[in-house]
Amino acid sequence: MTISPASAAFRGTNAAAPEGNNRLFAAGAYANYRSHLLTYGPAGTGYATAGLLELLEASGLTGRGGAGFAAWRKAAATAAARGRFGGGPVVIANGAEGEPLSFKDRTLLHHAPHLVLDGLLAAADALAASRVYLYTAASNLPPVRQAIGERPEAGRIRLVEAPDTFISGEASAVVNAIESGSATPVDRIGRLTEHGFKGRPTLVQNVETLAHLGLIARFGPDWFRSAGTERDPGTRLVSVSGDVPAEQVLEVAGETPLVDVLRAAGADPSALSGVLVGGFHGRWVDPGNLLLSAAGPAQEIVRPGAGVVFALGSHRCGLAETARIAAYLATQSAGKCGPCRFGLPALSATLDRLAYGGADPALLPELRRLQSMVAGRGSCHHPDGTVQLTASALAVFADDVDRHLAGYCNRKELLS
Amino acid sequence: MSAATGPEPAGHLHINWTRCDGRGICTELLPSLLIRDDWGYPLAADPELAEKSRIPFGRASERDVADAVALCPRLALTVLRPR
Repeated sequence: MTISPASAAFRGTNAAAPEGNNRLFAAGAYANYRSHLLTYGPAGTGYATAGLLELLEASGLTGRGGAGFAAWRKAAATAAARGRFGGGPVVIANGAEGEPLSFKDRTLLHHAPHLVLDGLLAAADALAASRVYLYTAASNLPPVRQAIGERPEAGRIRLVEAPDTFISGEASAVVNAIESGSATPVDRIGRLTEHGFKGRPTLVQNVETLAHLGLIARFGPDWFRSAGTERDPGTRLVSVSGDVPAEQVLEVAGETPLVDVLRAAGADPSALSGVLVGGFHGRWVDPGNLLLSAAGPAQEIVRPGAGVVFALGSHRCGLAETARIAAYLATQSAGKCGPCRFGLPALSATLDRLAYGGADPALLPELRRLQSMVAGRGSCHHPDGTVQLTASALAVFADDVDRHLAGYCNRKELLS
Repeated sequence: MSAATGPEPAGHLHINWTRCDGRGICTELLPSLLIRDDWGYPLAADPELAEKSRIPFGRASERDVADAVALCPRLALTVLRPR
């Protein structure tokens, strides 16, 4: 079947595909099932019959939870594992959002829960899933529960509460939480898509990814690609916070310049020390000409990760801020893997000394040594993500490092 | 690729960090592959290694690798073979 372009008005309803970048919140604040249907039309027919995996592949949708992996690849791997491995596939909507700087998933679940349910049910149908879960923090359960109550076909979705920890949303921790009640990562040699929940093929997708999937199933891949660019199609939600007039969730097209995101949130990009993109496992950047994109040459893009954009005003010290975050990340180690359990506190303590007054030239090589000792030596990416953060701080705040090593800091928020 | 492994590794030694508690038997049996980090946990001897939880080894290390896997008191080591 041929997929017609953006004109994809849905058959049998007056609903049309959303235009522009306001896609996920087109049904308005706290959208109930009725306003959802009036805005987007019914789900479950139309394009979805063409084969969801093919539609997903054509759409180029990437995961919106952090890793930015191609959505269709994970779904296809889960489908391929069906039959080869025991039990029917399991599909899990991941709304844990452990990133303290991220609030877009929470916003989505409160205002557009039905889009997430659409995508979850479409993925579950496409994979003939035996079990369907939605995993999220306790505070997000009421709107999801209410949305499920509004549509009988959603009754098969089981809700699981995610604990309020940084690592609770890591994919193997998600599966472990649902399986055993312990939201800590587990060691994996194979992939979750083959051996996940109780050994079954398991698809774990971020709730925003599923919301986009729900729209792709309705309006097709060409519509999805009518926003964004060839290499970073569609829109994504970003949580903008820090030194901005008001923290907010924005929906932006793929490859939007980072400075445009900052300006849209009311920040002046020239009045910033740096911008943390992707979350606590992301990286500090000088926005310059960087594009917020899941793909492209490393010098031109910054990966959105979990969609976090945190602006640090030029009066603040990026090293002090990074030391604070690293200290938090050290407390959030699940403590299961030695190099993370001991390495992150060591890294954090050394960074503290650099941030808060140790004018010791040995600190920089010691930080680099610890970074290389910690990275890649855990069952999840918590140590790697932490090292990405601290290494990017040493690069972007290199001038501050020099000043600190000389015994002073010229930001107003001073060494104590 | 380090001299210890040669160009074609016979296999990879996977470290399950959630099990390992740094007893150090593997680092004694496989000194050319593993040293100990600041806290006693096994660390790839080759600092250039890209995957630090998946240590390549050559045919000459087969016997010592098998011993390390068998003797690890935490059952933290697994040999991965090329598919």
